[in-house]
Amino acid sequence: MSKAAHPAAPAPTVAVAASLAGRARWHPLEVAFWLAALATVFLLPSRHLILTEIAILGLFALSLDLILGYAGIISLGHAAAFGFGAYAAGLLAKHQLIGEPLLALIASGAAATVLGLLTSVLVLRGSDLTRIMVTLGVALVLREIANRSAWLTGGADGLQGIEIGPLLGVFRFDMFGHTAYGYCLAVLFALFLLARRLVHSPFGLSLQAIKGNPLRAASVGVPVDGRLIAVYAIAAGYAGVAGALLTQTTAFASLDVFSFERSADLLLVLIIGGTGYLYGGLIGAILFKLMQDVLSALTPQYWPFWVGLLLVAIVLVGRERIGTALAPARTLAERLARRLAPHRDAWR
Amino acid sequence: MLTILFDGIAYGMLLFVLACGLAVTLGLMNFVNLAHGAFAMAGGYCTVALVNRAGVPFLAALPVAFLFSALLGFILERLLYVHVYRRSHLDQVLFTIGLVFMAVAAVDYVMGSAQVFVRVPPWLEGKWDVIGVGIGRYRLLVIVLCGALSLLLQLAVSRTRFGSRLRASVDDARVARGLGINVSAVFALTFAVGSGLAGLGGALGGELLGLDPTFPLKYMIYFLIVVTVGGTTSISGPFLASLLLGIGDVAGKYYVPTFGAFAIYTIMIAVLLWRPQGLFARGAAR
Repeated sequence: MSKAAHPAAPAPTVAVAASLAGRARWHPLEVAFWLAALATVFLLPSRHLILTEIAILGLFALSLDLILGYAGIISLGHAAAFGFGAYAAGLLAKHQLIGEPLLALIASGAAATVLGLLTSVLVLRGSDLTRIMVTLGVALVLREIANRSAWLTGGADGLQGIEIGPLLGVFRFDMFGHTAYGYCLAVLFALFLLARRLVHSPFGLSLQAIKGNPLRAASVGVPVDGRLIAVYAIAAGYAGVAGALLTQTTAFASLDVFSFERSADLLLVLIIGGTGYLYGGLIGAILFKLMQDVLSALTPQYWPFWVGLLLVAIVLVGRERIGTALAPARTLAERLARRLAPHRDAWR
Repeated sequence: MLTILFDGIAYGMLLFVLACGLAVTLGLMNFVNLAHGAFAMAGGYCTVALVNRAGVPFLAALPVAFLFSALLGFILERLLYVHVYRRSHLDQVLFTIGLVFMAVAAVDYVMGSAQVFVRVPPWLEGKWDVIGVGIGRYRLLVIVLCGALSLLLQLAVSRTRFGSRLRASVDDARVARGLGINVSAVFALTFAVGSGLAGLGGALGGELLGLDPTFPLKYMIYFLIVVTVGGTTSISGPFLASLLLGIGDVAGKYYVPTFGAFAIYTIMIAVLLWRPQGLFARGAAR
């Protein structure tokens, strides 16, 4: 903190608080994004089914962004928590343990958080490769358990006979997906707010420090292991909620929720949108689903080919270079935003 | 009992031939190549095309499968992989998953999605019964071939000049480069040979494991297990790991079928937690 030594500079704590508050300020573009999302509820009623899928995928990608974009943990088995939440919600509804969807959603999310907590020890140790293998292994183990315990999960046939009660006891899920979309969007927004608060807190900053250099982070007093465990558990909870939403809106859960392809697709979603600014997952989900809609209409069976091609192309071109190509657009948008709201950014 | 051991050894030998290329890629360039199985699949389908469709004798098709995969590996390495070596692990993972997805869809398109088996000549079918132990002829061939290959590999790595260059590059690429070893050429050649071996493994395994377009995804985890458990610093580490995995998997599926495959995954996670560098690794600096 060399700035603090300067007599004119404010005390470090004040400076840090100001900087955090500055980061946490809502950008006009963010407001526009969420207003647009709200508008789709009323303006695009015929598209609510695919929009629901986008919202769920967006939430799932958001959870990966928390650990990959902020804490730098590569996970190839993020579907583990997603599938755990999906089955939890399915079982809760099927056996009428918790009839109300929102409560069931919270319970499923909590269950997935516990799973994240338990498995987080596994990702603390070792290099990227070990983490890749361990996360992949956890997802495979869970899938195998779900496959083998057919008495509970229905095995390879999937969990059938789920009936979802009306939301809050009032709103029934309709076949056009209107209720489902409103529900998913509301959950997504609420969890997004929480994530936003989280990453702009000292906790979020310490995660980025860990991502940058774990050793240095530890030597300036950041409890590296504790922070990683916390964020991994939170991200698992988010993924679990996303999985639970999928079960609740489709009234079905199958082994497919644990699949490797789901984890791999998720990485692509996040990479398309960009990591480390929370909106990447949401934007990536929109682009991914639209692309899937168009491409799988052309060649349904060979959809993975295009996913693969896109991944290879993105890596070869370079993710950073895509970022810099978009940089002029971003600065233009920022300049516009500053002109629209000059008083807000004036102090910078 | 001994039959299971025999089958397990055959399976383990096969896994070793399939996975040893990956050990080198990971050890030498610290490159996470999840697409390794795609080369095995290429070799397998090459054999299927030659033997089942064109009627080429099985034994003659094996070297062709090796060359085909090696060539494919060489071309891809020079064209695409070289650009990704210096990138982060995340980029490598994304890149190679992309390759796997493309390979899966492309094979699906060209060869169809049904599972296929390599048609084995009649003199390799059936079993001999030696003192109560059923010895499959085909499995015996696999053991003999893979055993010979492993021996050859071990000799090549430990006795030849190329082998010592390879070992030097694995131990410390920078110093090796400083000593005038052309590390990238060593690597290109090794990558090609590794891919070729994977292809040969795919060709041999076409009968035992079955081939379908999702082969690289299905066996990816097995290859990774072999490499991470065995370590990447020697040939014997992955070899022992393959044997253990092969015997363990066959015995597990036979004795506790309800337990299924996940005993293997659990063991892998446990080993990784216990010894992140691999069971048989020396205290490597990496």
